[in-house]
Amino acid sequence: MQWEIVIGLETHAQLQTQSKIFSGAPTAFGAAPNAQACAVDLALPGVLPVLNRAAVACAIRFGLAVNAAIAPRSVFARKNYFYPDLPKGYQISQFELPVVKGGELTLLVAAGKPGELAYEKTVHLTRAHLEEDAGKSLHEDFHGKTGIDLNRAGTPLLEIVTEPDMCSAAEAVAYAKALHALVQWIGICDGNMQEGSFRCDANVSVRRPGAPLGTRREIKNLNSFRFMQQAIDYEVQWQINEIEDGRAIQQATVLFDPATGTTRAMRSKEDAQDYRYFPDPDLLPLEISPAWIDQVKASMPELPGEMKVRFERDYGLSAYDATTLTASRETASYFEECVAAAGKSRAKLCANWVMGELAARLNEADLGIAASPVSSRQLAGMVSRIADNTISGKIAKDVFDALWNKAGHDADSIIEAQGLRQITDTGAIEKLIDEVLAANPKSVEEFHAGKEKAFNALVGQAMKATKGKANPQQVNELLRKKLAE
Amino acid sequence: MTRAYIESSLKDLAAALATKTISSVELTTLFLDRIERLNPVLNAFITLDREQTLAMARAADARRAAGETAPLLGIPLAHKDIYCTLGWLTTCGSKMLSNFVSPYDAHVVEQLKRAGMVTLGKCNMDEFAMGSSNESSYYGPVKNPWDIRRIPGGSSGGSAAAVAARLAPVATGTDTGGSIRQPAAMCGLTGIKPTYGIVSRCGMIAFASSLDQGGPMAKSAQDCALLLNAMAGFDSRDSTSLDRPAEDYTRDLAQPLAGLRIGLPKEFFAAGMSDDVRAAIDAALAEYRKLGAKVVDISLPNSGLSVPAYYVIAPAEASSNLSRFDGVRYGYRAPDYNDLADMYCKTRAQGFGAEVKRRILIGTYVLSHGYYDAYYLQAQKIRRLIADDFREAFQHCDVSRCICPTSTPFPPASQACRACPFPAASAPATCRSACN
Repeated sequence: MQWEIVIGLETHAQLQTQSKIFSGAPTAFGAAPNAQACAVDLALPGVLPVLNRAAVACAIRFGLAVNAAIAPRSVFARKNYFYPDLPKGYQISQFELPVVKGGELTLLVAAGKPGELAYEKTVHLTRAHLEEDAGKSLHEDFHGKTGIDLNRAGTPLLEIVTEPDMCSAAEAVAYAKALHALVQWIGICDGNMQEGSFRCDANVSVRRPGAPLGTRREIKNLNSFRFMQQAIDYEVQWQINEIEDGRAIQQATVLFDPATGTTRAMRSKEDAQDYRYFPDPDLLPLEISPAWIDQVKASMPELPGEMKVRFERDYGLSAYDATTLTASRETASYFEECVAAAGKSRAKLCANWVMGELAARLNEADLGIAASPVSSRQLAGMVSRIADNTISGKIAKDVFDALWNKAGHDADSIIEAQGLRQITDTGAIEKLIDEVLAANPKSVEEFHAGKEKAFNALVGQAMKATKGKANPQQVNELLRKKLAE
Repeated sequence: MTRAYIESSLKDLAAALATKTISSVELTTLFLDRIERLNPVLNAFITLDREQTLAMARAADARRAAGETAPLLGIPLAHKDIYCTLGWLTTCGSKMLSNFVSPYDAHVVEQLKRAGMVTLGKCNMDEFAMGSSNESSYYGPVKNPWDIRRIPGGSSGGSAAAVAARLAPVATGTDTGGSIRQPAAMCGLTGIKPTYGIVSRCGMIAFASSLDQGGPMAKSAQDCALLLNAMAGFDSRDSTSLDRPAEDYTRDLAQPLAGLRIGLPKEFFAAGMSDDVRAAIDAALAEYRKLGAKVVDISLPNSGLSVPAYYVIAPAEASSNLSRFDGVRYGYRAPDYNDLADMYCKTRAQGFGAEVKRRILIGTYVLSHGYYDAYYLQAQKIRRLIADDFREAFQHCDVSRCICPTSTPFPPASQACRACPFPAASAPATCRSACN
């Protein structure tokens, strides 16, 4: 029997502000414990929160980027619960009236299994709201006690909540990746998942096609895309097994254990806390004027969606290429610099190299494109030499290697120094083919006997003899001609 | 001589200091000695620190010697122990904060320090300002200086008793549901609960944030106005602070009362008021009329709902505000516990008194899922209706001069005039002679 998977994500993105959301303490990561917690962060008696304007600007940026409504009036509320790393005994968040309402994100879901095709998907957002982060409880090194570090307490967060729009772990991961790229693109979050700057909770349920939504379980604190994929896959299978074995799913919060690859219930609905939300009387309602929104709008970069459309239109790229190249602002600008240097007519070739060899090498070396050893200008120089037939695509890989290893400062000097210029002189190639044919009578014989493979062997010999420099197309043509003679 | 100074108005003290008839150290010593003698009976102060106090007085004298002439320079005062004071124990009348020495000054304290005022000590109060008799303090009850068998009112009962017994020329208080006005009335003083937002709440330990407001307590309206001038002011650290030009609250003190319309809310003169309170108000009204003021009847139809609304909103906010007292970072922590939950439970069970626990429970209940709409939301709606009543009433009388009894019977108290953001004052109508 068929099962449908329903997933909604809640993402906490730490906002890149200089100071905390309700205090003047700095937000930098990695300081000595409690060195960045001021009286407000420590929740001393009598201290009061004051909203950081920069955090609101981040929320507005996000709202604009996902085409959402920015609430002209939103309200901060207290979420009450006791925990040692929550100094006030409540978290200031937004509840009934969030700052951002609605919005959507269109993304590309990569093909999972062979035979599947990548496809576009639009995920609708429910809301995004501002809130403060809690501190950290440190359970090691304290001999049975718990240490509290409040450096993170009060760091501004944007909690971004989707509709239950995703139907597979792949879609959830694709959404999370697109969101991760977007928040960095618009400069509101550094996206550092190891440091907890971007973390996701996944609400997962299964149902029979056409049936009402099933009971969901929430997987907390997924801090890598790989774990998200594994956790959802496991959770979905677990829920299906439960139901098929005749058990009902109980609403619960679960944790994913990367060591075992399983999810485990943390608390059930029965012991779910009553957070007793109510408007924070210490803060006035947040009012955002149209003028403020316009001001933020004027400072927005071109968004990936807009850029994708432009790439398709101006460079004649496929939707897939355009989406891939706009996956991050760095990739997009690298590509555009490359095209600017190589010429618009070579855009597709630039795209192929950026998404192909360069991406693979960067991935292998675990480097971001901004740290690429081959600059966009160097790559453009090489692409130009491919386009004007100075080198073949195959030889280009050697040139790329040389650039990567800093064996030369540009493609031209490498081609010159290593003598990699392509042989396109018909006379020279003809002479070469004659030599190859003379040296390989057996292959010639086999070819005439109908073995096409033998032709490839002869091409290979010709290329080998020139160390790959002969223009492969010419070699092919002239060889066919000679053999037909 | 001594007698004269302890009875002096702020204006007269300022004049004496300005002419160097007396130094701040001398004046301060006078009050410190008096406190030493009378506080064991009255219990108006929780913390005294003669050394710190005299150091402040010496500093004030030095400032004057250097040519400074601020109006309050060198005048001592007492702070309600709800205001955080750098280097002083700040207990809020609770065992929970019985070991808390504040690392910072409240905005009010900072302003008064800048004005050159000298802190005599920290005044007793109902625990976390919850109470109207000053009997809920962890530091024991405060006695009414007029009759030590009676309560001084609360929660600013220590401040009221201190000023009434002339242990301090003036004192700071805070008012959430009558905590300045009611003890002022019971101790024969003048107290003002200013318009919400006039006095910064930064460093004033929160009871019910949307109602809490600091204000002056003194022997006269003039002293109140002078002290309020120094207490008020915009503070960027309090988001609810009113950002508007500074006012001189003494500006209308000498204005004749002729033509002034005094609103008399009929709902406040219903059953339950004792005859002597009634008689005192009538006498005051007769005096106002003689001075040319017009007394007009007004109506605040929803005022009967103010106490029920207050008893939902204030505990709701308090239940959340007091969550930070958890034994983790500062303040009291139970000595023995098994685990985290046990530490929380024991710390809060041992650290809070009965009245505070009662209000935390009520507040937690009215904010709980399933009860929020029926209680908290409903109370907020009532609050709006009450505010509308006042706006309407002010159409018929001059703003800020609506006369109502602060406390219906003579000591033990019940309060009116709550849950609205408007300023209110309590002036003595019943007591006349000074004690001691």
